[in-house]
Amino acid sequence: MSETNRLPVNGANSHNSQNEVITGSFAVKVGLAQMLKGGVIMDVVTAEQARIAEEAGACAVMALERVPADIRKDGGVARMSDPRKIKEIIAAVTIPVMAKARIGHFVEAQILQALGVDYIDESEVLTPADEAHHINKHKFTVPFVCGARDLGEALRRIGEGAAMIRTKGEAGTGNIVEAVRHARAVNGAIRQLHGMDEDELFAFAKEIRAPYPLVKLTAELGRLPVVNFAAGGVATPADAALMMQLGVDGVFVGSGIFKSGNPEKRARAIVMAVTHYNDPQILAEISEDLGEPMVGINLDTLSEAEKMAARGW
Amino acid sequence: MNTTIGVLALQGAFLEHETMLRQLGVRPVEVRKPEQLTGLDGLIIPGGESTTMGLVAERWGLVAPLKAWVQSGKPTWGTCAGMILLAERAIGQKAGGQPLIGGLDVTVNRNYFGRQADSFETLLHVPVLGEPPIRAVFIRAPAIVEIGAGVDVLATTAGRAGEEVIVAVQQGNLLATAFHPELTNDLRWHAYFVSQVTHHASSIVPGA
Repeated sequence: MSETNRLPVNGANSHNSQNEVITGSFAVKVGLAQMLKGGVIMDVVTAEQARIAEEAGACAVMALERVPADIRKDGGVARMSDPRKIKEIIAAVTIPVMAKARIGHFVEAQILQALGVDYIDESEVLTPADEAHHINKHKFTVPFVCGARDLGEALRRIGEGAAMIRTKGEAGTGNIVEAVRHARAVNGAIRQLHGMDEDELFAFAKEIRAPYPLVKLTAELGRLPVVNFAAGGVATPADAALMMQLGVDGVFVGSGIFKSGNPEKRARAIVMAVTHYNDPQILAEISEDLGEPMVGINLDTLSEAEKMAARGW
Repeated sequence: MNTTIGVLALQGAFLEHETMLRQLGVRPVEVRKPEQLTGLDGLIIPGGESTTMGLVAERWGLVAPLKAWVQSGKPTWGTCAGMILLAERAIGQKAGGQPLIGGLDVTVNRNYFGRQADSFETLLHVPVLGEPPIRAVFIRAPAIVEIGAGVDVLATTAGRAGEEVIVAVQQGNLLATAFHPELTNDLRWHAYFVSQVTHHASSIVPGA
């Protein structure tokens, strides 16, 4: 519980008076996510794509072996990337590099930490390694981002040590509908908290299966206690701006860039859309002539077993 | 008087600066376009990714107006990425370099303190802010490795090899910190900058 009581927002941390250097503290983990806000984190599978993403203004890249659209197409077990690929990507860019570990696969996470990645995504896009337990993220100095479909799931992940949350959306579909559903579910529940008395907060915490101290903190703050990005289905500048107007702090784009007709131009346009998300004139200008977007998947055609968002608990 | 301070809102932790300015009774204005610089008394360039901010600034024609702003002598404060953008010289840039605003006669090493695994918090002794020592959060932080004659050092800390490195400087109305006062609850850095802005604004004869 000590960790959850120390959750910082604008860094509300206690600090001892020794003049010592502290690494891996929750403030330091959340701090990097705060620096990524208002930015776009792009999936890349090669060092060359990482350079294109950096050149387009990505605030970070997610190094992986296959983008979600290909994971969907190829099937089979999706795992952490080859460390060599991650090292090449780290060497190619100056911006932060994230990488994905399977849900519950704490050894993949140990390897990624040893490689020096800046953030680990414990991701439902990969095949889960544990059907009951997520990674105990408090044990790591590297920070974690985790997906969530609703407030309870978000707060459970933060309770396990996640320093950043993202919507799950439905990765690899180019369809924004699930990300919208998840962002609205989180925001709607936070609005519900507003005006509840303490008795009701206890009952609500139980109902959404979330740690009470985090529910209380969320109620006090009126927002999630950590940075919250959109992910899973962002394919256009308008999608990115939609998620920003729904109140997320930034955007992950997976297959949406390098599965489109003109990745460089689209990447740049999505970066601009996240800065100018409230300016329809600018959004109109940057949405023009971007070439073919990724081919989307209508979610009605996906069976429940094909939906990645249902992974994790 | 009503002090208005702009916060460059292209990317990064601009909301945190706004929160702290409001706590000091200052109205923050988000700056995304050149015309939003008009009428401001001071400007904060926040932490974030300096490459992203530089590229977005370039795309929307903000680099030249920001250079002109800094050259006009208006108080400006850069934190972390903002410090990199204000530096005349930066090492460790992305391939092909990155757009800088410049004005601050220093050389910064962009990721001096390393990657996220090396990010840290510590306490700094800062004479201009007095006692007690102030908590500082360094995220993939830069450091200043060289300063020009007109630059005052406000704070140093231990570098990776134990050497003393410069992490806060002032050159006239330009303030730069390698760390993030906006990630703490201590308002002293913001109060210091606001006092610089207020002093500068009151020294200008209205209508002159």
